[in-house]
Amino acid sequence: MKKPEALIITGNGLNCEHETAYAFELGGALPVLVHITDLLSGEKRLSDYQILAFIGGFSNGDHLGAGTVQANRFKHKLCDDLELFIQKRKPVIGICNGFQTMVKMGILPGKKNTWTQTATIMTNDSGIYEDRWVYLRLIQDSPCIWTKGIERLFLPVRHGEGKFYTGDPELIPRLFTSGQVVVQYADDQYQAPAMSYPLNPNGSLEGIAGICDESGTIFGIMPHPEAYLFPHNHPLWTQDSALGRDLPPEGRGVLIFRNAAAYVKESLE
Amino acid sequence: MNYLITVGYKSGVPDARGMSTAKRIREHLGIPVERVQTRNLYTIEAELSLSEVELGARELFVDPIIQEYSINESLDSEEFDYSVIVSFKPGVTDNVGKTAGVALGGLLGRNLKDREGVFTAVQYLLSGVTLNDSERIAHDLLSNELIENRVIQERRSCRKNGPKIPCSGIRINKVEKHLRVEEINLEVGDEELKAISMERTLALNLKEMKAIRDYFRKSEVLNERKRFGLGPNPTDVELEALAQTWSEHCHHKIFNGIIYYIDEFENRKTIRSLFKTYIKRVTEEINSPWLLSAFTDNAGVIRFNKRLSLVYKVETHNSPSALDPYGGAMTGIVGVNRDPFGTGLGARLIANVWGYCLGNPLMKNEVPPGLLHPRRIRDGIHRGVIEGGNQSGIPYMRGWELFEERFMGKPLVFCGTLGEMPPEISGRDTHRKQVVPGDIVVMVGGRVGKDGIHGATFSSEELHSSSPAQAVQIGDPITQKKMTDMLLEARNSLLYRALTDNGAGGLSSSVGEMADLSGGCEIELSLVPLKYQGLDPWEILVSEAQERMTLAVDPERLKSYMDLSEKRRVESTALGSFTGSGKFHIRYGKKTVAYLDLDFLHRGDPAYELEAKYIKKHFDEPEIEIQDHTEILLDLLKSLNICSLEEKSRQYDHEVQGRSVIKPFVGRYCDVPSDAGIMLAGYGSLEGIILTEGVNPFYSDIDTYWMAASVVDQALRRVVSTGGDPGYIAGLDNFCWPNVVKEEMPERSHKLAQLVRANEGLYDYCRAYRIPLISGKDSMSNDSTLTDPPISVPPTLLVSVIGRIHDINLAVTLDVKSPGDLVYMLGETHEELGGSEFYRLYGKKRRNKPYIGNQVPRVHARRAAILYRALHRAINKGLIRSSHTPTLGGAGAALAKKAFAGGYGLDVDLKRFPGSAASDHSLLYSESNSRFIVTVSPQKKEEFEKAVSGIPSAQIGRVRQDETLKIRGLSGRVIIEEQIIRLKEAWKETLRGI
Repeated sequence: MKKPEALIITGNGLNCEHETAYAFELGGALPVLVHITDLLSGEKRLSDYQILAFIGGFSNGDHLGAGTVQANRFKHKLCDDLELFIQKRKPVIGICNGFQTMVKMGILPGKKNTWTQTATIMTNDSGIYEDRWVYLRLIQDSPCIWTKGIERLFLPVRHGEGKFYTGDPELIPRLFTSGQVVVQYADDQYQAPAMSYPLNPNGSLEGIAGICDESGTIFGIMPHPEAYLFPHNHPLWTQDSALGRDLPPEGRGVLIFRNAAAYVKESLE
Repeated sequence: MNYLITVGYKSGVPDARGMSTAKRIREHLGIPVERVQTRNLYTIEAELSLSEVELGARELFVDPIIQEYSINESLDSEEFDYSVIVSFKPGVTDNVGKTAGVALGGLLGRNLKDREGVFTAVQYLLSGVTLNDSERIAHDLLSNELIENRVIQERRSCRKNGPKIPCSGIRINKVEKHLRVEEINLEVGDEELKAISMERTLALNLKEMKAIRDYFRKSEVLNERKRFGLGPNPTDVELEALAQTWSEHCHHKIFNGIIYYIDEFENRKTIRSLFKTYIKRVTEEINSPWLLSAFTDNAGVIRFNKRLSLVYKVETHNSPSALDPYGGAMTGIVGVNRDPFGTGLGARLIANVWGYCLGNPLMKNEVPPGLLHPRRIRDGIHRGVIEGGNQSGIPYMRGWELFEERFMGKPLVFCGTLGEMPPEISGRDTHRKQVVPGDIVVMVGGRVGKDGIHGATFSSEELHSSSPAQAVQIGDPITQKKMTDMLLEARNSLLYRALTDNGAGGLSSSVGEMADLSGGCEIELSLVPLKYQGLDPWEILVSEAQERMTLAVDPERLKSYMDLSEKRRVESTALGSFTGSGKFHIRYGKKTVAYLDLDFLHRGDPAYELEAKYIKKHFDEPEIEIQDHTEILLDLLKSLNICSLEEKSRQYDHEVQGRSVIKPFVGRYCDVPSDAGIMLAGYGSLEGIILTEGVNPFYSDIDTYWMAASVVDQALRRVVSTGGDPGYIAGLDNFCWPNVVKEEMPERSHKLAQLVRANEGLYDYCRAYRIPLISGKDSMSNDSTLTDPPISVPPTLLVSVIGRIHDINLAVTLDVKSPGDLVYMLGETHEELGGSEFYRLYGKKRRNKPYIGNQVPRVHARRAAILYRALHRAINKGLIRSSHTPTLGGAGAALAKKAFAGGYGLDVDLKRFPGSAASDHSLLYSESNSRFIVTVSPQKKEEFEKAVSGIPSAQIGRVRQDETLKIRGLSGRVIIEEQIIRLKEAWKETLRGI
């Protein structure tokens, strides 16, 4: 069967394209790097791909807030193409800067057929950028196609603006009910959601680290699954190897990307 | 029309920037501020309607969920007493403003015009402070008057008149000047020649001024100049080009000069170029087959394997960081990125390293006027390198800090970048640089402004009260990232033939250096895109405005190149061509403004001649009496040079690109610094690239020879400790020295003699260990004359190394892994406490002044090399569960770190340590080189002991089941017994949250 093609948007300060591409490759998709200017000029079209990734980095330096300028550009220039992509239930992922961008575009958590921002991802309570591995619990009672069968993950966060926040008191309960809260920061046993620093690295409400839209095809996550593709990426791997324990064949971050490729093969073809 | 948009948080939304500012005001300044709220201010100077500005505010400047805004009036706010508004001075890079302008243009469907722009400022609303407090807060914490303006307003006036913005960046646009090229008469007396050099910040000495004068007396020179309408005197463009090219920064005049050296026994020798005699020679003599390019390009290149070449460079950016720590350090990191990027055909950047030598950030004393508090310098440097590195998408692999009072005068800011390239692209060797006559000179990236003018000559001077503010720049990592992304695309299609960095000396250096490859150049300065009008030709030529590269493009590929550049929205401009004329020919419009022989430009400067006299110094030797070793160990772990630096280090990205194997922090809780960093040589590869370093300025007071030997050894043994091959290591040398040229600097000739001895040490030990040096840098004016006497840094040599591990599965970390494991000491411990962290601590405790001592650690390379090979074999056989090489704080600090990194206690017996050390304190704290503390599973005991038979080693203890570190002294008595959690807490407390 033909591999689904995953479009990875690059350029303007984004910087996780290499590892995200390799993640899709390991997951069974065919990654294609496309510079944002080639999308804006129409040289490349979203409709030619089956998966879309908004990757990590500093789009436009995050100068007007993380993801703001990128979101604005998409909203005004590529709105129709993206709308169509989403309508066809093709999977979309946003990681870190990509998640910020999608929230600012309004496609996450997302109201039907509107491009209205309902939540935000704001400056960490600590006021600083941090690179640290965190424990994540994943909620399985969710429509999210990206996280099927994954109950826990250990991944690095690398952001200064990662606090999921909304002023609307009804939004978060609603997201829980609809299964849209998919990933939460957790304690080191991956049981209870973490509300306080450092387990919750940014002060996110309800420890929210990742959400999906109502359909479950659009998924945004602050920590970086593409930074854990190899067993040696795990910060504690030498403890296992020194004691003669076998390392896993691959990093668990790959699972996310494999899910998307499998979904496309099963549901869209 | 001007608009002012004020953006603030809605009530109830936390303002993290405000809260962290309040915390810093309380902690750094001791002012009990109640609350700080912050606002972003955007001044829009553009022909726009109010509704257009409103659209921009809503769509771009405001996050509607958490923020609110007002246009041209003050935003209603809660109580505050004083408002401080900080904005950039005219001409200073405003990255956010630039992005805002481009984004606004995109939103409105028309790009902003030349005279239009968006300028940013930050407003701090302070509650619970007086006017006096506000002034102090504004001056000491919120703004740097070198680059920023500030306005302080009382609440009432702020409410009534609206926020008053200090003069913003646009004003400079309105300055118009006529093109001016001055001719300078050099047919004057010596004093006047010196005065010309001084007034123009040329940093040329009399001998050099005379060499220039003599060149312009030659009849053949005069005749040729006449043909291009030039008179007998040099133009300012020519003089500036010569000064930049001949600067210490670019030409390494001290390292290339003639030194008459007298040692402590009155033996004399003449050294013709330290560089050739020691550094270049050691590399030539070792002649490693995997060396591809050393000392000829912007960075060194080695063959890592058949598919991969590595390109590495470490730079310093000390002087700018002293003036504006944030901008200076950011320019340091994004600037060194362009070195491997501008080497050969250009490398993709895969890792950064950083290291800082700083004054005591916890210092309570008054800071001498003109200097910034070490804590402020430290905060600014970190922030600059954090933002520069993170935004460029390059992970850091190594980071370190050392603290000493003498670094208060000038901080040392080391930044390095590792790049990778395929050995060839479409049949072209990537490590070679080629330019042929007829190639087009193309400048790409950022525009040129007055920023950074005289950076190269200024960094070759000590810091004095009239140090030029223009020398300070703020980097723009996003503009650079866009440029490097595009250039890598161009490289892969071979759209250009060669490229180089525009750094020190600007176009003058970049075009000048590339012209040396083809044999000449002719460029047109009026074509250079400017940030604003009003630059004289010489300023355009030497401006060090950042984020630019210079390319040599084959005329046949120019169109393809330009098309790509335009498509990616990166500005590229053809400025002229490389020639074979032998001339450095610069025009402005039709007029020739510089016409110099390339050979004179590059090789016309007379060699320095300097005298060096070594004085053997003797320092007080303490009588050591210790009641409580546990207390000493706790204090050592708390000392600035040993304590945890995690707070700042965590703010640097170390995971981007997804290749980390051994991270900067390791151990069960990921919080103890590793001996070396390892990254995958590529996705799916089992080979690993190792980076680490050696640095220890504290030994320099006693003897720079052993200092150099020690840092080479330190770098090497850290590679070996982590599993690297001792037979494949390449080194980089970075010298940071006090001024050794100026007669008025105290002990000038001794400091130069220290430099000679350091070079001898570097040569001897690189030779013995077979570590070729592939690149380096010297920074030779690290003093501050703002104080009397001047403050000079201790002579500092950083040796950075690249190593290799053939199978990353064999990598070893320092944390102990399992109770019951055996602890071994490999290598000998001697009475070598000179320059140790223990002596400094003991002196401070006993007499409020550090001890230096005299017995500096030495290195026995032959014996050490045998040990390194033995340990390497043991690691390859999988016999080692953990390994750590002691450095500052000796075995005591190393044992504590190994224990709390693994989460288990240790039983250790000092009696069993190999070597001649004969007291508990020497065994614990002597910093003897070439040692490792390793742990081994009891099942592997025999095999391990066989592997290290014949080298000095001993089992010194065991890993305990519990969490107690227990050390027995020579008497057999337990002299240290402490819970590892308490040791760790002590180690973490000093810079917690700082």
